[in-house]
Amino acid sequence: MTDTSTTPAGEYEAQFGDYFALMKPRVMQLVVFTALVGMLAAPESVHPVIGFASILFVAIGAGASGALNMWWDADIDAIMRRTQGRPIPSGRVQPGEALAIGVALSGMSVVMLGLAANLLAAGMLLFTILFYAVFYSMWLKRATPQNIVIGGAAGAFPPVIGWIIATGSFSVEAWLMFALIFMWTPPHFWALALFMRNDYDDAKVPMLTVTHGRRSTRRHILAYTVLLVILAVGTGFTSIGGPIYLATAGVLNLLFLIGAFRIWQRDEDDSEADDFRVERKFFRLSLWYLFLHFGAILLEATLRGYGLGGW
Amino acid sequence: MGIRAEHEIHTRRRGRNLGVGLLLAAFVVLVMALTFVKITNIDFNDLPGGELQTQESN
Repeated sequence: MTDTSTTPAGEYEAQFGDYFALMKPRVMQLVVFTALVGMLAAPESVHPVIGFASILFVAIGAGASGALNMWWDADIDAIMRRTQGRPIPSGRVQPGEALAIGVALSGMSVVMLGLAANLLAAGMLLFTILFYAVFYSMWLKRATPQNIVIGGAAGAFPPVIGWIIATGSFSVEAWLMFALIFMWTPPHFWALALFMRNDYDDAKVPMLTVTHGRRSTRRHILAYTVLLVILAVGTGFTSIGGPIYLATAGVLNLLFLIGAFRIWQRDEDDSEADDFRVERKFFRLSLWYLFLHFGAILLEATLRGYGLGGW
Repeated sequence: MGIRAEHEIHTRRRGRNLGVGLLLAAFVVLVMALTFVKITNIDFNDLPGGELQTQESN
């Protein structure tokens, strides 16, 4: 059978990589890693095949919600410099295709996670997809400067899902990992908003920098960082923590706190003078911050398997 | 009329078709592996009437 509704010869034909780009591969990396850590830090062991399949379906679910987000946000993505190259605004993929891929993969990932792991994990994945695609993308993002704060929860659910895949239930430790990502998201994105300054203005997205000003954003970054530091270091004394985690957290949180303090101290003239060097550095550090915290939790969990690690 | 070997659209969509084909094949393998693991790891005592059957066989 031949598809007759094709693009005319000579016009760009969407390739496999274009559809893959709809799924926000970089966000998927974070989802896969944190969900994996959540699953391996749990006290129950998972069969490798079931664990692999479950994490894969969580990643597909996250990718599907990314596709739905790109479908909904195509208009503002076309305005913002950072997102102009995405598959829909650049014309490589049609919006309808993104919607179809997002809906189909969402359904498939939830059903398959339910079959591979358990219904609670599947329910949490469905909730996460709806939270990101509907609650955050369609409502919060364009309605309130708290979009990043509340919407950050969507990115924080994967370790909880990972934990549920292994145990079939919720626990305090899973919610601590959730809180770590939840509290990390605002300073991470606000630092980005500081040096990608005109993007959100032009797209009329009510980021804190637009609604409350840049001075207020700097204060918010410091305040959230202080809360994050308390939480991240405190986690070191729980059952998912241990000496390695605590040492890692000690160094990272000191650096993060210094970075946030320097951002708070600076004004726009300072930042303009060195092209937002401190803000950019803080943003790069924030990526390592999350990766290394979860890496340390994973290391503690792995060592615990050999009678080492943990307290 | 014989079957024409390749339409122009097949050339244009080669990468896409290949990707979808490989993904579907990987999905089939994954479902097979999952099924195998689930079946071989079932504790039949957990199923309704499982304990009764075990006692009878003793």
